[in-house]
Amino acid sequence: MDEYRVLIVDDEEELVTTIAERLQIRGIQAQTATDGETALKMIEANPPQFVVLDIMMPGMGGIEVLQRMIAQNLKIPVILLTGYGSTEQGMEGMKLGAFDYLMKPCDLNNLIGKIQEAVKNL
Amino acid sequence: MDKVPKENSRFKKFREYIAKSILRFPEDGTSPERYRALRRNIMILMILVTVIPLSLMATINYYQYQKSLKAEIFNPLNVLTNKTKRSFELFIEERLSTIRFISSAYSCEDLSNEKVINHILIVLKKEFEGFVDLALINSEGKQVNYAGPYDFLGKDYSQQSWFHEVLVKGLHISDVFLGYRKFPHIAIAIQNLSEADQCWILRATIDTKKFDEIFAMMELDPQSDAFLINKEGILQTESRSYGKILEECSLSIPSGGHGTYLSEEVDNKGREIFMAYTRFVEPEFTLVVVKPRSLILKTWFTFRTEIFFIFIGSVLIIVLLVFKLTDIQVRHIKESDEKRELAFRELEHSQKLSSIGRLAAGVAHEINNPLAIICQKAGLMKDLINLGTDFKEKPKFIKSTNSILQSVNRCSTITHRLLGFARRMEVEYEELDLNEVLQEVIGFLEKEALHRNIKVVINFAPDLPLISSDRSQLQQVFLNILANGFAAVEDGGIIKIKTWEEDDEIEGVSIRDNGCGMSEKDLSNIFEPFFTTKKGYGTGLGLPITYGIIKKMGGTIDVKSTEGVGSTFTILLPKKLKKI
Repeated sequence: MDEYRVLIVDDEEELVTTIAERLQIRGIQAQTATDGETALKMIEANPPQFVVLDIMMPGMGGIEVLQRMIAQNLKIPVILLTGYGSTEQGMEGMKLGAFDYLMKPCDLNNLIGKIQEAVKNL
Repeated sequence: MDKVPKENSRFKKFREYIAKSILRFPEDGTSPERYRALRRNIMILMILVTVIPLSLMATINYYQYQKSLKAEIFNPLNVLTNKTKRSFELFIEERLSTIRFISSAYSCEDLSNEKVINHILIVLKKEFEGFVDLALINSEGKQVNYAGPYDFLGKDYSQQSWFHEVLVKGLHISDVFLGYRKFPHIAIAIQNLSEADQCWILRATIDTKKFDEIFAMMELDPQSDAFLINKEGILQTESRSYGKILEECSLSIPSGGHGTYLSEEVDNKGREIFMAYTRFVEPEFTLVVVKPRSLILKTWFTFRTEIFFIFIGSVLIIVLLVFKLTDIQVRHIKESDEKRELAFRELEHSQKLSSIGRLAAGVAHEINNPLAIICQKAGLMKDLINLGTDFKEKPKFIKSTNSILQSVNRCSTITHRLLGFARRMEVEYEELDLNEVLQEVIGFLEKEALHRNIKVVINFAPDLPLISSDRSQLQQVFLNILANGFAAVEDGGIIKIKTWEEDDEIEGVSIRDNGCGMSEKDLSNIFEPFFTTKKGYGTGLGLPITYGIIKKMGGTIDVKSTEGVGSTFTILLPKKLKKI
């Protein structure tokens, strides 16, 4: 399995650090960001192989980050996290170019499955 | 003095009662009491306003007709009575003047001659009807000459009352009597004075057969009666109903002045009669004409019966109509009230649903974030425990973190459902086969059915037309109801699913279980959000969501349930999309 890096973006720091730690336990490098702007800068500076984006964030939301990434032609697979149980926002994101979406709270194995699936397709 | 205000207050009370109970049309509520009062009041008022004028009309008509009819009956009776009286008076007058003439034309000596008096009688009999005999009586009351069929010569009248009356008044007309002659007759006696101041009396008797002829001329019908009575009430002629001649008349005739009187009486036989009577001056007889009321008023009775039946008939028709109309009216009112009530309740319900939805969505979203942290932290703990070295409490820790993760899962199911409940997603319509959708949903539950040995009996209508609807929402609906059914039945229970074509526009699905059923109270609440009978694990959102979806699709959902027997959900869906 190739080495790859995952960027996890959510306004809840506890959440991102925990997910990152758990991914690292499973041998997946993970970075974290707690707002859209930081995340974008990090992506621009050193593009990861995979991005997990929360849709609802103060300031720049996940959808906007996704739109900017696309605008900058950064073709990195993105998984959107949605706190509203609706598939609506997820579907919207997928229309924009997101790889998939997951509902909060999500099972880590699910997430890893999606990551592996996405990376495989690269 | 005390009584008047008391009566007034009683009247006032009555008026208040009327105003309160009859003129009040209760507006509030849908209690059966209200409709009873409404129906009663409308009916009473309608009957009053129709029956009162009708009875007034009937009464006025009745009396008017009676009055005119009476006039019509009385007038001819009056005329007839007067005419007959004239005939009698004429008859008596004629005889009286004849006798007067004789007593003036002939002297006492002439009349004492037997030949002369016989000749006069012969002429009288020839020219005037009714003369029987003629007698000359001297001042001592002794009959000195006589012409006629009897032998009364020398008879002494000095002790008789009429003789004295003649001496005083110069004239006497007797009542009818039989006398020696044995047939009814009257006697007319006239006093005269001779040249020698000798008073003498000429007395003639007249057969009253002529009276009967006069009565016959009246052409009375057999039930009617006409007769003469004297002032003592003794019958002077034969009466058909009130006694024989010279008997006392069994009908009492009121005494009165001269002229013709009309009255309504009840005779001694109990017959209602119309009576006309008039008095003569000389002799003092009263002519009585009697007509039975029944005969005269035959037309009246027919009229009365007619008016009675028409009245009763109309009242019956009015009452029936009023009853029917009021019934229809009140039923209409009741129906529209119920519709309004239902619409209100539905509006309330949907408002409640939407506000609860919004609240739920907010709460769920807020909870999802900490839930996600809990989930990940617990996951991390589990990871760390698994990676770390064994320690004494390791299995306990693993068990605890697993338990936390399970609880988080449960929580997330609830929040997702809450969010799903709040979702206002547009329904995506496509052409669907209801049977197919149902089959899919049954597929989801197949494992549980197998595991719990639940029998799912399918009775699908073949060739069910396609229906325009949303697949995922329909799936959710059927899944919710089936899940309910599965929860309700014991292991080994039966769930029956049926589809059919209700009509050209509607298709139906029923899902019946033989589970525990619901009480009426539960039944009325099952579409309320957060109502659940599944203690501990129900969200109380399944059926409200189902209800919301079906309403949105323009369909209806109905539940029937008997405790201990089972429940049946019936869903009717429109084939074509209907905008609500």
